[in-house]
Amino acid sequence: MSFRTGALLGLAFFLAGCGGGGSSSSGKHRVGLVFDLGGRGDKSFNDSAYEGVARAAKELGIEFDYIEPGDGADREAALRQLASSKDELIFGVGFLFTDDIALVAKDFPNKKFGCIDFAVNPNSKMPDNLVALKFREHEGSFLVGAIAGLVSKTNAVGFVGGMDIPLIHKFEAGFAAGAKAVNPKVKVLTGYAGVTGEAFKNPAKGKAISYSQIGQGADVIFHASGTTGLGVFEAAREKKIFAIGVDADQFSEAPGFILTSMLKRGDVAVYKTIEALLTGRFKSGVQEFGLAEGGVGYVYDANNKSLIPEAVVKRVEELKAKIVKGEIKVPAS
Amino acid sequence: MSGQWRKLGVQAGASVAAVAAAFAIGAVLMLLIGVNPGLVYARLFEGVVLNPYGVAQIFFKSTPLIFTGLAVALGFQAGLFNIGAEGQMLVGAFCAALAGFGLSMPAFLHVPVCLAAAFLGGMIWAAIPGALKIKTGAHEVITTIMMNFIAMALTSYFVVSRFHEPETVHTAAVAVTARLPRLEAFSSFFHGSPANATFFVALLACGVVSWLLWKMPLGYELRALGLSPAAAETAGIPVDRRALLAFAISGGLAGLAGTSFVLGYKHYFEDGFSAGAGFLGIAVALLGQNSPLGVVIAAFLFGGLSHGSLVINALVPKEIIEVLQALVIILVVVANQVSKRWAR
Repeated sequence: MSFRTGALLGLAFFLAGCGGGGSSSSGKHRVGLVFDLGGRGDKSFNDSAYEGVARAAKELGIEFDYIEPGDGADREAALRQLASSKDELIFGVGFLFTDDIALVAKDFPNKKFGCIDFAVNPNSKMPDNLVALKFREHEGSFLVGAIAGLVSKTNAVGFVGGMDIPLIHKFEAGFAAGAKAVNPKVKVLTGYAGVTGEAFKNPAKGKAISYSQIGQGADVIFHASGTTGLGVFEAAREKKIFAIGVDADQFSEAPGFILTSMLKRGDVAVYKTIEALLTGRFKSGVQEFGLAEGGVGYVYDANNKSLIPEAVVKRVEELKAKIVKGEIKVPAS
Repeated sequence: MSGQWRKLGVQAGASVAAVAAAFAIGAVLMLLIGVNPGLVYARLFEGVVLNPYGVAQIFFKSTPLIFTGLAVALGFQAGLFNIGAEGQMLVGAFCAALAGFGLSMPAFLHVPVCLAAAFLGGMIWAAIPGALKIKTGAHEVITTIMMNFIAMALTSYFVVSRFHEPETVHTAAVAVTARLPRLEAFSSFFHGSPANATFFVALLACGVVSWLLWKMPLGYELRALGLSPAAAETAGIPVDRRALLAFAISGGLAGLAGTSFVLGYKHYFEDGFSAGAGFLGIAVALLGQNSPLGVVIAAFLFGGLSHGSLVINALVPKEIIEVLQALVIILVVVANQVSKRWAR
């Protein structure tokens, strides 16, 4: 009995002890983040977005909090939770937030919202306090295409797409344009894993397409296909050719065979949006992040330094500068 | 009579004490990871109980848990371990969505038809392990768990590859006639909350199950089966048929759990829409001592904790709430056993 009384008393004590406490009121700007289902530690999109707010906390002196929803029904609740707190700007990480964040933004007109990869619907107007953070994936793809075109010894490179949709066509178009820009003789082979969402999680199909492309001479293959790409890496390892990763640095998936990865920098989009808020330049609508904004890029570090000749990097950096200046227009389709 | 009240009082007191003890242990854990538990619990209390949105969230979160808790409880009453509520919920929700966007009819028909489709879907999914048990003796714990995996894989495949809207992982929206209204339509207290009229369907289901179990001869037979199959058989109860029926009703109830999301909230079936409500239903039934009223109370507690994990997520890892839920279950089981001895 005494233990129970003690436990209850202890609880009451804790509750009383912090009555006024709550959250700190240091006058700092506050930002909230709601993760996609993968949550922190996914080594991809969620972690990248987290890096963005963490960097803003360090360099811009903001405070932030975040929520990792347990299931799909929690996304809206999590957004509302943060919107009704002291947070001024709330991010949703991933296109799955599209419906929820548009709805919550309308209910909290005094707060700002940002959604990575928001699926813009041309038929419905976006709320004025919501920014859709999109990426010019074709620009990053152009650079890895150029690397592929320069590194290829067979003058044939491959592209493996997941689902056959406009979003993935952007990767293909950029990649092909980049390869041809540096190597007019190059042949670009393309294949898609399917026309449904399943096409993003079908490694067997990815491997089959890669084998067929390797059979036609390809010695560098770029994928934009989710986990279907794991099959591409598998084929690269077996046939000793190069693969190029996507979204995050995928070097560790097949060390020695991943030439580079096309990066989509969620952290940059998040950081820049916070910066815009602090300096009063927050803009709603669609914000695109390309090479000029540092929103896309490619990996060149200690891991893959030995795989890419320095002359290639030099050439690619020149191309990058031209794209940033607008001298090269990368096709998106 | 007074003895019975005393027993109830002791049991309720024991449950409350167990929950308090779980929170106390949780506080120690928080201290160990260097977080002030006072701050966490204050935020939890403020965000879940003192805030209208938090209270509304308890209604929303508890709705599927009432269904799955009721499903498991009814199974237990008949001596069956239905661990398959998760799969039955998914199949039921998918059937409700199919009926919702695939059929067109007036609202007074469409809503009941969708609810019936959900019930039927869950029922069929539960009848398979039920039939396997009475025909071959295959233990339902194993078969229902496996049926969960099959349901998860199949619904995921169908929603991602066959019935999805472009660039989403959900089905088309159900027709307007198939939708249940949100509670905010009745009271501004619920503004912004996805809590919806499915909650009343859940309460109705509790009433019906109570009536069935304790007022109907059929319920008497089911409970007899739960107490002793051998005695029930001797008394002339068709044991196999009743067990199959218990499976079917239990599965049907679990099948309704997803309708809160499909008919009342998002109006479509989405991959991973309510991960774990089926499994949590087992804990809800346990905590609620397999009685419909107990299930409602336990569902409120777990619904509150579930929303609470969002509220305090910024302060502590959400795993803390999962530890708390598990502690609540363990300590309630212990407290129940101990209090039974006291109450004698």
